[in-house]
Amino acid sequence: MTEQKIFIRKLVEPGNLTKNRFKEAKVVVIGCSAGGFTLVFDIISKLPKNFPLPVIVVIHRSRKHKSSIEEILNTKSKAMVKVASEKDQLKKGNVYFAPSDYHLLLEPDGSLTLDSSEPVMFSRPSIDVTFQSVADVYNEQVIAILLSGANSDGAEGICYIHQKNGFTVIQNPDSAEVRTMPEAAINRCNADLILTNLEIFSFMETLSATINLAS
Amino acid sequence: MKDTVTDVISFEQIEELIEWVNKIHGFDFSGYSRASLKRRITRIMQLQQLSMYELKSLLVNNAAFFEEFLIEVTVNVTEMFRDPSFFRGVREKVLPYLSSFQRIKVWNAGCSTGEELYSFAILLDQENLYNRSFLYGTDINRNVLNTAKKGIYNLKLMKQYSENYMLSGASGSLSDYYVAKYDAATIVNNLRKNILFSVHNLVSDGVFNEFQLISCRNVMIYFDVELQSKVINLFYESLCPLGFLCLGSKESLRSTELSKKFKVIDRAENIYQKIG
Repeated sequence: MTEQKIFIRKLVEPGNLTKNRFKEAKVVVIGCSAGGFTLVFDIISKLPKNFPLPVIVVIHRSRKHKSSIEEILNTKSKAMVKVASEKDQLKKGNVYFAPSDYHLLLEPDGSLTLDSSEPVMFSRPSIDVTFQSVADVYNEQVIAILLSGANSDGAEGICYIHQKNGFTVIQNPDSAEVRTMPEAAINRCNADLILTNLEIFSFMETLSATINLAS
Repeated sequence: MKDTVTDVISFEQIEELIEWVNKIHGFDFSGYSRASLKRRITRIMQLQQLSMYELKSLLVNNAAFFEEFLIEVTVNVTEMFRDPSFFRGVREKVLPYLSSFQRIKVWNAGCSTGEELYSFAILLDQENLYNRSFLYGTDINRNVLNTAKKGIYNLKLMKQYSENYMLSGASGSLSDYYVAKYDAATIVNNLRKNILFSVHNLVSDGVFNEFQLISCRNVMIYFDVELQSKVINLFYESLCPLGFLCLGSKESLRSTELSKKFKVIDRAENIYQKIG
């Protein structure tokens, strides 16, 4: 077993409270911008079979270019991957990408809303907006991961989740292609974990195994 | 131990406020997205440092504040020629049909500050259809309609709008349709003569005319399923036979039973024609 895996495994050893936080989680949210694209691609395509939570991904992308990342991932990944549509009901094991040019919000009934209001931090979709909305509905039952990016969108959102006692993971700025975004978040609040890319993969595996074992 | 934040306004309090606003002002927000309302109302309360109690008393005692509240809780972001491919679709697939009508009446529902309605006016003008067209822009909010009526926009925005305009495949230049002065761009008078802006609430108001084209984009994304079908029904009733309905790029008729009464003209751009 690699060092990373041991580190992550420790989180779910008997007596460690993190285990309970995983078991009660309702959703995983992932945010990234410049330089995080490949990593998100790998995380989603390596997502374990029967991943026990819905996953929402917010990446900054231009509205001028049509991208087919969701289609490619849908064929590569074991999970169902799609661009979020309005009124989509979150289902475990499904991955929802925020469409370009819309913010993505979560309703109290677990359905998604698209929002065309002003960009936040020059971004639409904005990571802050989705993270805050998800935390408003699920409070401490949120697991958030913030990756590489070139602006500080996401820092406020992940710290909001942290304040609501959600579980927060930030990519180690040293392994991020662009360190601005994770660094802004680390400067702002104390995340539960700061992980390298490899550790993030093991984290997802451990998370999945812990929840599936418990249910 | 870290502090846990308490919400500025909880979902329960949102419900309370919806009831309150309906009782006092006759505006029914019960079909609106709670996530969006929460976000918008939180912002008002934070900016103006209002408690729930203060917000409620302002809503009762201050009519001007309610107009301001309406602006803030509804989303008024719009652009000229937003989604250029949509306008290309209208030009190529809808206008040839429309030209066979003697009078072309257009309704832009939820028009906000008017940019989209003026875009339609330009489109009609370019196909020499403007002189037999009449365009109605409606919104629930008086203040945004006043901006729409003035037709004066920030000149800086025209750069983005011109780019949209080019991408939509329009000929000439967007600057043919506005006069630039200082940092303002004013829509030319010729384009405004067949346009009327007025208040209309999609939730509570009914059919007021018969239209050849209705455009309502990025409005119904904030409505629940029930309200969406109600509004689509209103549009159906307001369209002439073979009239067109345009929705936003992420909206569609798929889930409503009325979809059987419409034909898809452009799947990607969500343009429909009434057939039933």
